[in-house]
Amino acid sequence: MIPVLFVVTILVFSIIRFIPGEPARLILGEKATEQAVAALTEKLGLNEPLLTQYFLFLKQIFTLDFGNSFTYQMPVSELLASRFPVTLALTLMSTVISLVISLPLGYFAGVHKDKLGDQVVRTTSLVAISMPSFWVGLLLMIVFALKLKWLPAGGWADTLPEQFRCLILPAITQSLMTSALLLRNTRNSVVDITRMDYVDFARSKGISAGEVRSRHVMRNAMISTVTLLSMRMAAMLGGSVIIETVFSIPGIGKLASEAIFGRDYAVVQFVVLLFAVLVLVINLITDILYSFLDPRVNL
Amino acid sequence: MKRYHGASPLERKRSMPAWLTKPSLVVGVVIVVAVIILALFPQLIATYDPIATNTLASNQPPSAEHWFGTDFYGRNIFSRVIWGTRIDLLIGVLGVVIPFIIGGLIGLLAGYYGGVLDSLLMRITDIMMAFPFTILVITIMAILGQGLINLFIALWLVGWMSYAKLVRSEVLVLKDSEFIQAARVAGFSDARILFRHLLPNVISSAVVFAASDVVMCMLTGASMSFLGLGVQPPTPEWGSILNEGRTFITFAWWETFFPGLFLAVSGVGFSLLGDGLTDFLRTKGR
Repeated sequence: MIPVLFVVTILVFSIIRFIPGEPARLILGEKATEQAVAALTEKLGLNEPLLTQYFLFLKQIFTLDFGNSFTYQMPVSELLASRFPVTLALTLMSTVISLVISLPLGYFAGVHKDKLGDQVVRTTSLVAISMPSFWVGLLLMIVFALKLKWLPAGGWADTLPEQFRCLILPAITQSLMTSALLLRNTRNSVVDITRMDYVDFARSKGISAGEVRSRHVMRNAMISTVTLLSMRMAAMLGGSVIIETVFSIPGIGKLASEAIFGRDYAVVQFVVLLFAVLVLVINLITDILYSFLDPRVNL
Repeated sequence: MKRYHGASPLERKRSMPAWLTKPSLVVGVVIVVAVIILALFPQLIATYDPIATNTLASNQPPSAEHWFGTDFYGRNIFSRVIWGTRIDLLIGVLGVVIPFIIGGLIGLLAGYYGGVLDSLLMRITDIMMAFPFTILVITIMAILGQGLINLFIALWLVGWMSYAKLVRSEVLVLKDSEFIQAARVAGFSDARILFRHLLPNVISSAVVFAASDVVMCMLTGASMSFLGLGVQPPTPEWGSILNEGRTFITFAWWETFFPGLFLAVSGVGFSLLGDGLTDFLRTKGR
């Protein structure tokens, strides 16, 4: 993990240096004077040798002093700290919704393999996988916010219950593809596992059906589900760029797209770095979960 | 003595195209063929010029004249959506074909020869996997700038890894199997072993993945245009039509509904095709 993190910092560091042309000129626009461009280049530290620049960048990371955002005129660290909890809440909420939908339905479809219920569940999930999230989000917005007026159409609120209401539609949108993928995966695992000899053995020992289901079938089905879930959580963090833009939610996803449009490179760098760190943390948690689910796995 | 020519009736019955018996595969094929026809001959189906503006017909709801309504500039949305098929399909196909070839080749070589190439491949994929897919594409777009060509470059830079990993893992399983050893003993060149013996046996999982990857590429391409990073207006593309329509969502639902519907239906078509293909290859393999 540490070597990966190290290379990730090099990659993120390269972002601003890879951009064709002068970054300072891109930030300030076509009409900026030569002096202004030179001053900003100096301020961004882009005149230093690359190695020095990289060490300065590392120093920024370790001291959590990420410099100032050009558009927001505030420290990037404060910006990230205020935006991150929103995306975290959105991702967790989407994850919970996905699990609540996919595990029971996946089990149901797996047990009733090839019956009508299974066919319906499988086809629905296939359709859900192929839907563009931003379109589904807009449709939900039209129906539940604009027509029925049950939920806010987007934006953010000041109080916690209102903020929760603001997250409902985005979280449902975000969870759509994850639910569908998890469902298919759970279904297939359940189909494979119920065929296993140890399930027959457990039944023949006289263990109750419920216990066979929870201790033997679902627990083993969870192993591949956890792998997929960790991949999906990473993907949902990425998807937050789109969902948060659709619903105007002030999380790090929206911040990322705004920073890219505003050529706010200080923000771009550290948002991308934050995303990478989050993915690595998710992977670490997944590895720990494995050892709980499968006692054969040693950390 | 009577002699049979060709297959016996029994064999002929058995050799009826097996894919016809899978309804989901048939639906998938029908949708995909329809999308391809739309992309090839939009001028025959579209009723208006997709970029001609008409300020007198701004934001009009669907009618007999404008089936899908009009947008803010009075452009006919039906025609824009039909013409948009071409670019979206292009994104889906080109976004997959190039990574398929390059990634597949890298996977083949890395799996077969191992060594430096293999460890390099695994390290690169480890690091790239640390970034969420969308973030990776968006960041590359941010570096390169907006536009269709840069969108392709971003999709290619990210896409090849899955194919390389898939093919590599299949090659690792097969490279010490008896038929490859036999080919080596027979003195065949590496190139011949790689392309004539290994490739046909390792490619099927990559093909199956490619069908679902087309959906991913189309969705990603449309999302980038939706964010304003990909195809730029007034060029008709589903994501960018949606993005323009989003401003008027409070009263003009048709501007977001129809382009998204086409994107969703095409996505379902390719998914069904991929799903059917998986079933088909699995039953054939057994």
